[in-house]
Amino acid sequence: MKRPQILTRAMAVTVATLCAASASADPDEDSLTINGEIEIMTEAAAPAHLDDVDTIYSGWRFRSDETQSMQMDDFDNPAMIFVEAAAEAWDQVEGTEGKSCGTCHDDVDNMRGVRAVYPKWSETAGEVRTLEHQINDCRENQMGADSWNYTGGDMAAMVGLISSVSRGLPVNVAIDGPAQSTWEMGKELYYTRTGQLELSCANCHEDSYGLMIRADHLSQGQINGFPTYRLKNTKLNSVHGRFKGCVRDTRAETYKPGSTEFIALELYVASRGNGLSVEGPSVRN
Amino acid sequence: MASGVKPRVKVPKTAAAGEAITIKTLISHKMESGQRKGDDGNIIPRSIINRFVAEFNGQNIIDVTLEPAISTNPYFQFEALVPEAGEFHFIWYDDDGSVYETKKSINIA
Repeated sequence: MKRPQILTRAMAVTVATLCAASASADPDEDSLTINGEIEIMTEAAAPAHLDDVDTIYSGWRFRSDETQSMQMDDFDNPAMIFVEAAAEAWDQVEGTEGKSCGTCHDDVDNMRGVRAVYPKWSETAGEVRTLEHQINDCRENQMGADSWNYTGGDMAAMVGLISSVSRGLPVNVAIDGPAQSTWEMGKELYYTRTGQLELSCANCHEDSYGLMIRADHLSQGQINGFPTYRLKNTKLNSVHGRFKGCVRDTRAETYKPGSTEFIALELYVASRGNGLSVEGPSVRN
Repeated sequence: MASGVKPRVKVPKTAAAGEAITIKTLISHKMESGQRKGDDGNIIPRSIINRFVAEFNGQNIIDVTLEPAISTNPYFQFEALVPEAGEFHFIWYDDDGSVYETKKSINIA
């Protein structure tokens, strides 16, 4: 009868250690202003549909001061190199129709507000569409050009460019009306445990945010900062690329970037961040 | 040949005479070290920015030798004293002989 007691004690110690770690890994109190002019809401009251979280935090608040500062000035933000490249691509005529993005949309500043409401129900397509889908739709059907790889560099940069003009606006994706069934599918996926490790998104990003995951601070997994420049791979990372990485880390077969499942998950995760500012392209480690 | 090379510089538009200002420079460049092998097993030839120079009104303020271990898109931040109104001149030298230049003028407030 002795052994179970020892085990219980060992578990108590583990729990105590985790709690001690959480104290130092909680979101910090810093505030984010980009270029000294764009105020970013990195903390907001949780949207009404969230039952188990009171306050939502941008992942920026979980990063070290050094990483945070890189995002506070566009010159220091390495993602802006990709955004500049996308700004050139914006005006580049491609495809059989002799059009560029700018031919129809004129200046990219006209896209202000777009990133904040995507993924979004598309009446013409009859489904929820991500920004990536809309970009490829434009390329294929308006420009007559080849579509881009969903998580490729060109695509991430273009999404970064379109995000950058919406920075500071609150994320506000619609989850009712025709998008509701997709949103519910996303919610189902969020709370479904996958893989050999049997982890759901919620196990880490809802139950355990603020704790450490190995050497890294676990954030709420908000996607208001995507696409994200990661110091570990020195490139822009897309939402679906990150989803794939997370699902893989549960040791599961992943869904494909651009798949119905990931679109639903993106809509649901985006809706968990309704109220935070659009931050992309952000800098994370 | 390096492609997509673009210099960027951030200099305040005005400064007080004698003030030390912070200058940030960045050049997008792949900085291929010459140590890596391509898919075909052959060495990818070295292609880096090997020297960076900044001048103010013709006077040298910084001269940097860059080595192959420096990462993609080299970034330099340094301070310079501004005794008078004038022009900063930034020059990057590429292995392939290309020279990239940017100029920024500054006024005394």
